[in-house]
Amino acid sequence: MSVMTTTQHAAYDTKVEGNIVFTQVDTAINWMRKNSVWPMPMGLACCAIELMGSASSRYDISRFGAEVMRFSPRQADVMIVAGTVTYKMALAVKRIWDQMPEPKWCIAMGACASSGGMYRSYAVLQGIDNLIPVDVYISGCPPRPEAVLEGLMRLQKKIEAEKSATSQFKKS
Amino acid sequence: MSSANTLASQFGSAIIEQIDFRDETTLIVDQESAKEILRFCRDELKFDYLVDISSLDNLGTEPRWEMVYELCQLGNGTNEHLRIKYALGENEKADSVCDLWATANWHEREVYDMMGIEFTGHPDLRRILMWEGFPFFPLRKDFPLAGRESEMPDVAFTDRAPLEGGPFVTSPTSASTVHREPRSRDMK
Ligand code: SF4
Repeated sequence: MSVMTTTQHAAYDTKVEGNIVFTQVDTAINWMRKNSVWPMPMGLACCAIELMGSASSRYDISRFGAEVMRFSPRQADVMIVAGTVTYKMALAVKRIWDQMPEPKWCIAMGACASSGGMYRSYAVLQGIDNLIPVDVYISGCPPRPEAVLEGLMRLQKKIEAEKSATSQFKKS
Repeated sequence: MSSANTLASQFGSAIIEQIDFRDETTLIVDQESAKEILRFCRDELKFDYLVDISSLDNLGTEPRWEMVYELCQLGNGTNEHLRIKYALGENEKADSVCDLWATANWHEREVYDMMGIEFTGHPDLRRILMWEGFPFFPLRKDFPLAGRESEMPDVAFTDRAPLEGGPFVTSPTSASTVHREPRSRDMK
């Protein structure tokens, strides 16, 4: 590439042409977002072990841009609730969710996080969706890492369809 | 002489019953002497390890509670186990054994948390699994499996779990698994 100086005006450079893509702002933003969702691993029980498995070399969640597990909610985009949400923990999960900056998503991983699972009991919240909005539910007890990746890909599809930028504009 | 025989000769009528089942010995003892018997087990019989303390709720019979102490000899290599039980009335308190085995501290807190049995002489009798302020004792027989509603602002809340016709319980039977598998039953 030639170095341009102020005296030498940029003429139209045909070599640049192939490097320019026309798109919509929404699409561009969504593309960036969906390929860099940083999870907040809310590991609460056995499902968390499978979540760790999906981050391991065999399943390698980084193929989908979600390997940056953030233990600080301020840096996270998607909360993966992996495990049994007891009532004792429930408000703490909610509080961490509230500390995550927008835009944020939630994946309920496994039967427990989705519905209380096998714990129809006095101690377990019957689904994290009682407290926070869930985007994707993953079935299984525990779900296999493939299912976690499938859930993540579904979430990516959902992010793709969002009106990320245009929703910010008001119709006059 | 086995530990049970030593105890029998030492405490006589305070040992109400001895049950031997597959090399496991259970002694049902008198509530008043229970602490002394446990102390003797630790000091003289070298039961240096308290494996567990648990409690039973025999709702509808008097006395309502049953305390269970599971002892083990670790130090002398025999690995002998001994179970000591005593009955406890509904409004009575149990004697803490924290001064004998330090590990009793948490076991007794769990019994208190789940069953509501209090211990005299416990240095720090707080709930251990549920939060401070939870109004129920959930392992009591008269507490519903689905739970009860409660609310402690900013700490925790509980709700009733939907049982959809349950609770689903298995019934012991020698018939096929079809008969054995969990079904909803009328609990009355
Ligand atoms: S869904 Fe199953 S594996 Fe996952 S936390 Fe619940 S009990 Fe454990």
